[in-house]
Amino acid sequence: MKISLEQFDKAFENRIRLQVMSVLVANDSYDFNSLKELLNVTDGNLASHLKALEKESYIIVNKSFIGRKPNTQYSASPAGREAFKKHLQALENLIRQQKQ
Amino acid sequence: MKEEDIYSELSSIRNLMERSSKFISLSGLSGVLAGIYALIGAYVGYKLVYKDNGGLMFRDSYIDLNILWQLFLIAAIVLVLSLSTGIWLTIRQARKRNENYWNPVSKRLLMTMTIPLVTGGLLILILMSRGYFGVISSSCLIFYGLALVAGSQYTLSDVKWLGLCEIVLGLMAAAFPGYGIVFWTIGFGALHILYGTVMHFKYNQ
Repeated sequence: MKISLEQFDKAFENRIRLQVMSVLVANDSYDFNSLKELLNVTDGNLASHLKALEKESYIIVNKSFIGRKPNTQYSASPAGREAFKKHLQALENLIRQQKQ
Repeated sequence: MKEEDIYSELSSIRNLMERSSKFISLSGLSGVLAGIYALIGAYVGYKLVYKDNGGLMFRDSYIDLNILWQLFLIAAIVLVLSLSTGIWLTIRQARKRNENYWNPVSKRLLMTMTIPLVTGGLLILILMSRGYFGVISSSCLIFYGLALVAGSQYTLSDVKWLGLCEIVLGLMAAAFPGYGIVFWTIGFGALHILYGTVMHFKYNQ
């Protein structure tokens, strides 16, 4: 059985990164704390994965303040949406290949 | 990667996309209770207006200002009771599901519904102050229906059907003036009970 692994996006190898991306694709934007709550991960963990996605420029970071509290909004960039779609496509192809 | 792994990956993605963009901790029970409050309110209101004459005769004015204030008070009590029951049961449901009830989606849901509701409420107050009582019932139903249809994109899609039914009833109430209380009772009473029951058995079981 030959599986073309090169179709998979390295950035989405990590489950949390893929989960972050699915939330951002389904919503216009999401803030750090709500993401943390939704995915049930720690501050540091989420921050490092968000950094990685930002580095790939898959997400757009928008920092602002509400009063004195920092409020960071994340949204998916067009490139990120495209990559996410491709990754899902690759997963689907994989299932199809294994069915044959 | 094994096949089951991919399936679980895909279903977790789908689950997250839905959970992050839809607020589903709405309680069917709150719909039923809101319907019951509305029915009680409508009955008390009916007794006030029609006294013991019985029947549902056409009326085009409420001459007695005193009765008008009493009706207004009843409507306000029904509204406050329904809202507080709804909020309380929603918070309880969210806790049960281990979800935060104050999240980006519930905020969006609230914002989307507030705009048509407040617009409608203000319009109704303006119409009342100018003496156009005949359109109150239909405006209530129509604006409430619009708020539900607008909000339904952030929650269970069944809410949209409830909203569409309310709009149709509101338009009918406008077409048959004088029978406002009939449509109001069906829209806020019977429909809510029906909707709440359906929701309860569809999602809470």
